[in-house]
Amino acid sequence: MSEAAIVPRSLADVAARDKDQQPAGNLPPKIQAEGLNFFYDETRALADISIAIQPNVVTAFIGPSGCGKSTFLRTLNRMNDIIPGARVEGKVLIDDSDIYGPGVDVVGLRRRVGMVFQKSNPFPKSIFDNVAYGLRINGMAGSRSDLAARVEESLRQAALWDEVKDRLDASALTLSGGQQQRLCIARALAVRPDILLMDEPASALDPIATQRIEELVYDLKKTYTIVIVTHNMQQAARVSDYTAFFWLGRLVEYDRTDKMFTNPTEKLTEDYVTGRFG
Amino acid sequence: MKRRLLDLGFQALALLILLLALGSLAALIADVWADGASRLSWAFLTGFPSRRAADAGIYHALTGSIFVILVTGALAVPIGVASAIYLEEYGRRNFMARIIEINITNLAAVPSIIYGLLGLGLFVRAMGMGRSVMAGASTLALLVLPVVILATREALRAVPSSIREGSYALGATKWQTIWFQVLPIALPGILTGMILALSRAIGETAPLISIGALTFVAFAPNSIWSPFTVLPIQIFNWVSRPQVEFQANAAAGILVLLSLLLTMNAAAIWLRDHYQKKLS
Repeated sequence: MSEAAIVPRSLADVAARDKDQQPAGNLPPKIQAEGLNFFYDETRALADISIAIQPNVVTAFIGPSGCGKSTFLRTLNRMNDIIPGARVEGKVLIDDSDIYGPGVDVVGLRRRVGMVFQKSNPFPKSIFDNVAYGLRINGMAGSRSDLAARVEESLRQAALWDEVKDRLDASALTLSGGQQQRLCIARALAVRPDILLMDEPASALDPIATQRIEELVYDLKKTYTIVIVTHNMQQAARVSDYTAFFWLGRLVEYDRTDKMFTNPTEKLTEDYVTGRFG
Repeated sequence: MKRRLLDLGFQALALLILLLALGSLAALIADVWADGASRLSWAFLTGFPSRRAADAGIYHALTGSIFVILVTGALAVPIGVASAIYLEEYGRRNFMARIIEINITNLAAVPSIIYGLLGLGLFVRAMGMGRSVMAGASTLALLVLPVVILATREALRAVPSSIREGSYALGATKWQTIWFQVLPIALPGILTGMILALSRAIGETAPLISIGALTFVAFAPNSIWSPFTVLPIQIFNWVSRPQVEFQANAAAGILVLLSLLLTMNAAAIWLRDHYQKKLS
């Protein structure tokens, strides 16, 4: 495989071509990476990633294990900062400002860019406190009734309210796996981010719980820009508007999801989405 | 068939060893009980030392022990927990950190008499604390500090990283993450380590003798600058008397010390279970 064959095409081409059928393509990108490299000590995990992610759409990152899709996702809210030996080169612009620039408030960035993890990680506290935590630490709690209203709103947005409204004081660990994951989504939504990053949010869930998460993602894109990492190609096809295919730390192809799955430009993408490897 | 026999044999062996250990402890307690139970009374608990064994009590040593342990805890726990948080959460993983880590482990193994000599030189003489509760507690605090640090680090390390990530991802600062998420989860482990450390301190005799805690005081300590004695020293004092009546006092003193220790350990277990239940 020669290098030239897998050089990513910029979204500008895609956007220009799709102008008629995709109004979002006209908007300025919400997230834009330019020449992003990522290193774990000496190992280069991401090589020269450039991508422009549109607001209020769902963008899926697909690729085989170890291809860098999760690593790239975690550069978008600087979650990799807490890994010793991790190093980033290049730029990531969110709303046109470089989140790796000098003097960036990482804590504030993470409030604006929410994240849901592969394995649901509710805090060992009550359901209410799980959702209220982000509000409290960010000084957004307000009065008791404000806080309660905000918690309810977030739980409703995550389609969990009806199941938990009578037991908000129960430990979050008493919920089922799917409910725990929706609680984590509610928790992320409570602090009103613009962007929601989801790292294989349904990979540990059964099909019914997965379906609920997918429906939720579909609803949430009206309000949020969503980036979802998935190893499940059917899921990417079902929930996303755009799909980016990563391979060996490179972005191979990035296009509208329907095109990626029916008529990809790169042979490698075609082989992957048709299940010939990975 | 042979495998099952082996399994059964091992089980029997383990049970035997367990019974042996528990049996010797029970025999020890029974022996002490036989010698000392007759001396246990309210008057013994509230009495002061006396030249006549039958009048002698343990009030001064019991209050001394409790007082010293409380001050030891007040000194060792905040410093130990803070050190552990620094080493585990903030400190860089470099060569210096390794050196400090190895030395803390080494310090935990230093004989307690060495701490006593350090306490004598540093607290009693150089810092002019005299032979006070404060000097004794400072010495014991140094002694148990490594244990507190090691136990706290273990407890912090056991907190799953997914919890930290979840907190950071909501825009929490490092301190908020530690204070609101990590510490509450680590608390049962920290409490257990703390009480085990203090249980060790309460039985220590050598370092307190070497800093010059009195073996005969006729009063209970009323401030951290008072001279004091503690239960093990009082027991040691009685044991070394030739009169058989004082031996009975010593046995009764041991029973008091043991009950104090068992109460502390029971408290540790209760606290741990209580907090673990709250979390799950």
